[in-house]
Amino acid sequence: MSGIFIALQGAVAQGILWGVMVLGVYITYRLLNIADLTVDGSFALGGCVCATLIINFNMNPALALVIAALAGMLAGAVTGFLHTVLEIPAILAGILTQISLWSVNLRIMSGKSNIPLLKLQTLISGVGDLFGLSQAQASIIVGVLIAVLMVMVLYWFFGTEIGSAIRATGYNEDMIRALGVNTGKMKLFGLMISNSLVSLSGALVCQHQKYADINMGRGAIVIGLAAIVIGEVLLGVAGSLFVGKLENFAFRLLAVVLGSAVYFLIRAIVLQLGLKTNDMNLFTAVFVALALSIPVLTAKWRAKQAYSETGEEDDT
Amino acid sequence: MLTITNVRKTFNKGTVNEKKALCGINLHLNPGDFVTVIGGNGAGKSTMLNMIAGVYPIDSGKIEIDGVNISREPEYKRAQYIGRVFQDPMRGTAAGMEIQENLALALRRGQSRGLSWGIKANEKDFYRESLTRLGLGLQTRMSSKVGLLSGGQRQALTLLMATLEKPKLLLLDEHTAALDPKTAKKVLELTDEIVKERELTTLMVTHNMKDAIQLGNRLIMMHEGRIIYDVAGEEKKSLHVDDLLKKFEEASGEEFANDRMMLAK
Ligand SMILES: Nc1ncnc2c1ncn2[C@@H]1O[C@H](COP(=O)(O)OP(=O)(O)OP(=O)(O)O)[C@@H](O)[C@H]1O
Ligand SMILES: [Mg+2]
Repeated sequence: MSGIFIALQGAVAQGILWGVMVLGVYITYRLLNIADLTVDGSFALGGCVCATLIINFNMNPALALVIAALAGMLAGAVTGFLHTVLEIPAILAGILTQISLWSVNLRIMSGKSNIPLLKLQTLISGVGDLFGLSQAQASIIVGVLIAVLMVMVLYWFFGTEIGSAIRATGYNEDMIRALGVNTGKMKLFGLMISNSLVSLSGALVCQHQKYADINMGRGAIVIGLAAIVIGEVLLGVAGSLFVGKLENFAFRLLAVVLGSAVYFLIRAIVLQLGLKTNDMNLFTAVFVALALSIPVLTAKWRAKQAYSETGEEDDT
Repeated sequence: MLTITNVRKTFNKGTVNEKKALCGINLHLNPGDFVTVIGGNGAGKSTMLNMIAGVYPIDSGKIEIDGVNISREPEYKRAQYIGRVFQDPMRGTAAGMEIQENLALALRRGQSRGLSWGIKANEKDFYRESLTRLGLGLQTRMSSKVGLLSGGQRQALTLLMATLEKPKLLLLDEHTAALDPKTAKKVLELTDEIVKERELTTLMVTHNMKDAIQLGNRLIMMHEGRIIYDVAGEEKKSLHVDDLLKKFEEASGEEFANDRMMLAK
């Protein structure tokens, strides 16, 4: 029993650290209406940069997180440039950056596809040692602190004049351009902020699992979407149970971090139930496809039900 | 105020779809001019407004506002001079944002946006006051999402947003065409009120000849990318719809080919 408990604790820890990435995906997918595929690459970028800095430069692990986030910002800027200046469709721009990051990440790791941190101190193991906590518990604490800090920063930023203009760009480009905003620049900013969070998350996960791997970001975008869907469902349920609508932006951000934790919990549970790790990608993809299609299918079904050949008798 | 000199625009140049949309437009507006623009389908009315707003680059010619040449400025930079209301009520507002957030975005039209709070507490009274003057009861719903409003309410809000920070030029492109007749009338009255009260220099495209005659101090008629009739003052006031139809046939040698316009007669 305690084995399962520990596994679930590990899942929550992972989920919260990945939750920082989900915040990034939320910005592009929900606020800017862009499905940004850079994230698979920028997540691994964060991990690779972080591991290399700690191993090769003996860098303070907290500082390594910051630099990893900056590297992600740069990756986002590349996608933004491809999309807004060269007008390459967003999905393709993201794929181009993602593919190129694979090579870049290998270069960063001097050609190795995996860098273990072994016994080196990380922010997470440091916190663990300090308070006598397990790796998972320390990860949860660090993850929650960083996620809450990021939610606060995002809440502030998207309330500012520039932040509002970025949100408006996602809702209605024509309108905000007519109000004097350079929408290309806003998308560029959004992609940069998003990918810096994604890389930060990759660096955190690297410090949690004590290694960086060239493939650690594979499927990140799909995990991000799954977590967003779960988070929004949770928010809807919580809203209808307790306090009416939880429309506040900070709640929506916290919900997707929670959604990430729940996603990794579900994942751990189905693994405990006997699903193979190798089948996990299929499981997640099917889950996201279902979640995204349910609104469409129900709408179609309703329309079908509502149709009648003669129409309703209406005397008025 | 606005001076357009010999502006030309051809879409899809050098292809089978080549379309001369503007063939040398010359137009000068004085400050406070309220000009209504009429013409058949495809006459180039929307294109002319889009060229002024900078939606597409012009092929040649010059567009100046208050002596500043804006011909080659991007759309978002021209926004500091120009307020716009589109035909589609969905295009002028951000549905997912609150009424007051939309107004706050509009208040900052053409200004540089920084890291100060996007909507300041002391602006809200001004928004409430401005919404009250619209007379649609929106002042009590400032924190509602704009998506909950009707098309007419959204269009009235867009009009308010376009004029909240006084524009040098107001561009209205059939901004009541998507509304039901009663709502269209209300929005048109509001337009007239706001334009008069704030003394806005305005170009308004309409397919309704009666409105074109009644509103504003000047009327221009377009056909095949040209301004074929330009009338102002007393002469405009005494116009009738039939006069306009006759003018059109004279100038173009054709029947007036705008179905919607015939209906609106
Ligand atoms: N983006 C574009 N690409 C290609 N052709 C265009 C484009 N915009 C307008 N045109 C063409 O230019 C001509 C003028 O169009 P415009 O929309 O200005 O007419 P309009 O006077 O506004 O007509 P309506 O009363 O139908 O709105 C039309 O032949 C139209 O097909
Ligand atoms: Mg038009």
